[in-house]
This record gives sequence, C-alpha cells and structure tokens, in this order.
Amino acid sequence: MTIKADPQSAEEVIRKGLEELGADPGRVSREATFESLDVDSLDLVEIAQIVEDEFGVELGGDDVKELKTVGDAIDLVVAKSA
Amino acid sequence: MSRPEGAALVTGASGGIGAATARALAVAGWPVAVHFRSDPDGAGEVVESIEGAGGRAIALGADLDSPDAADDLFGGTEDHFGPVLVLVNNAGRRADGLSPQIDDGDWSGVIETNLNAAFRLTRRCLKPMLRARFGRIVNVASVVGPRANPGQANYAASKAGLIGMTKTVAVEVARRGVTVNAVAPGLVETGLTADLPQGAFDDAIPARRPGTAEEIAACIAFLASEEASYVTGSVLTVDGGMSA
Repeated sequence: MTIKADPQSAEEVIRKGLEELGADPGRVSREATFESLDVDSLDLVEIAQIVEDEFGVELGGDDVKELKTVGDAIDLVVAKSA
Repeated sequence: MSRPEGAALVTGASGGIGAATARALAVAGWPVAVHFRSDPDGAGEVVESIEGAGGRAIALGADLDSPDAADDLFGGTEDHFGPVLVLVNNAGRRADGLSPQIDDGDWSGVIETNLNAAFRLTRRCLKPMLRARFGRIVNVASVVGPRANPGQANYAASKAGLIGMTKTVAVEVARRGVTVNAVAPGLVETGLTADLPQGAFDDAIPARRPGTAEEIAACIAFLASEEASYVTGSVLTVDGGMSA
C-alpha cells in the first residue's frame, strides 16, 4: 500500500536514511548531489528500500539511475506516491 | 562480532544436501525454513529432527519456478523467525541427455530452477541483508559447469551461470557485510544421483567414494558462519579430489 508522501516527510525520511548511511548532516540539502555526499549506487539501493518501507513506493533501477541530487529523490518519491 | 537476529532459508531441503544443510544450520543456532516442492513428508521429517534436537524450524512448500515463490517463502519465514540472513540456494534438478536430444522444455526447465529461481531468491533477500549489515548466501553449484560432463549441457550451463552470479553479486555487496559464495560438490549420494550405477565413478574420484550430504552441508555451514566473514565470491570445491 502506498502512503502519500509530502515534500517535508519525503525529505525527512531521505535525510535520515542518508545520515544513517554516513552522509555529513551539515552537507545534506536539496541541492546536494549524491556524488558530493559520497553516496554510491549501493547506498541508493538502500535509500530506495528505506523509502519503500516508509511509503510503499517502489523505486526501480531505472528510477534510481536518474537521480543526481537529494532534491531529485524527494521529488520522485512525492510524484510516485501521489 | 555479534550476529543479528534472523533466520536461514534452505531451498530443496526435504532430502539430500538441503536436508543435511538445514540440520547443520540449526545446530549453528539458526531457526531454519525448510523449503520443499513435492515432498512435504521429507520436509516434515527434517523439521521434526531439528526440533527434536532443540532447534527451531518450519517447512514451507513452494514451486520455485513461480515468480511469486520468493515473496511467499520469504514472507512465511519472516512471519515465523524474522528476516532471512542466511539463504542457501540448493534446489536443483537434472534433465540429462546429449545436446541434440535436449528439447526446449528440458533446457529451460533446468535453467529456470537451478539459475533463475536462485537469482529471484537472491534478489529478494539482499535488501534486508544490506539493511542488517549481515548476510550469507551460499549457492550450491557443481563441479559440472566449470568442467564438462557429456549429457548435461543444460545442467552445466545452469551451474556455471550460478557461479558467475555468485561472484558478481559478492562483489556488489561485499562492503555491507554480506558474503556470497558457492560450493561445488562432485558426486554425492543423494536422491538426485540415485539413478546412477553404484560405484560407477569411484575410479575417477581420488577419494574412491562418493561424498555424503553431510560432508557438503558442513562446508555450506562454514560459509554461512560468522567465522567466514572474509570469504566471499569464492567457490569451494567438495569433490574428493576429482577436479584437482
């Protein structure tokens, strides 16, 4: 079941996930790129899992490949849960 | 190093190597999901023997060729014992014949069970394993695949594919404490080899005898242990010296 994610709740979940994966909290922002946060492809798989657990939104391989910034991820989760 | 709470799932565990592996993992302290396809009585006996020895186990039936089997099996295991942190892809089948006589059904059926189903189960278990920062996947391959065995083109292709999958997945997830390895048994006395003439291959085996299911299970249990934390992407050959 999909739970509707608003931008704030999506950002909160993604931010928490990134911090859990070791990203510097002070550098996490909508504009920050995953590359600049040292978030690799396996980390993104985990973020996708966290998002799925939280909102029931499945992010496939093609979805995740396109993500460059934290904002991209937030927008995708909001759009997919709508 | 402390081991997270979770369970082991062994496919094709109603007899042979799978049953011996389920018992060995139970001895190592894992609650075990004993998968079976067509032999609920055999799986029930394995569960009884584990419980009789003070362990925990459940029998779960599924046709692994079905795309829904992975979710069914993992759901059933998670409901009873929590996340699957040890997966042993053991279920396998043979449909032997010289290549001109292997029809499409015998080709794709063997690949489906031995390789495709193993991938679907692997994919399903990786996410919880990554989150847990612990996981052990052991694929039961074969000495056939890396080496030829006339009459088994389909089986050899499936097992060689399983070894290729083992190595690549191992490299993808190694940094999360998840290991992926294979065992490659030689000739082992199980239901799968019951139709072979007794003693027929002993001359080709330096140990001069077939292996036992327990000898393979002991190797799988090692690869599934905490002690094997730095072993990943490897293939442990267990064949009495046959391919040395």
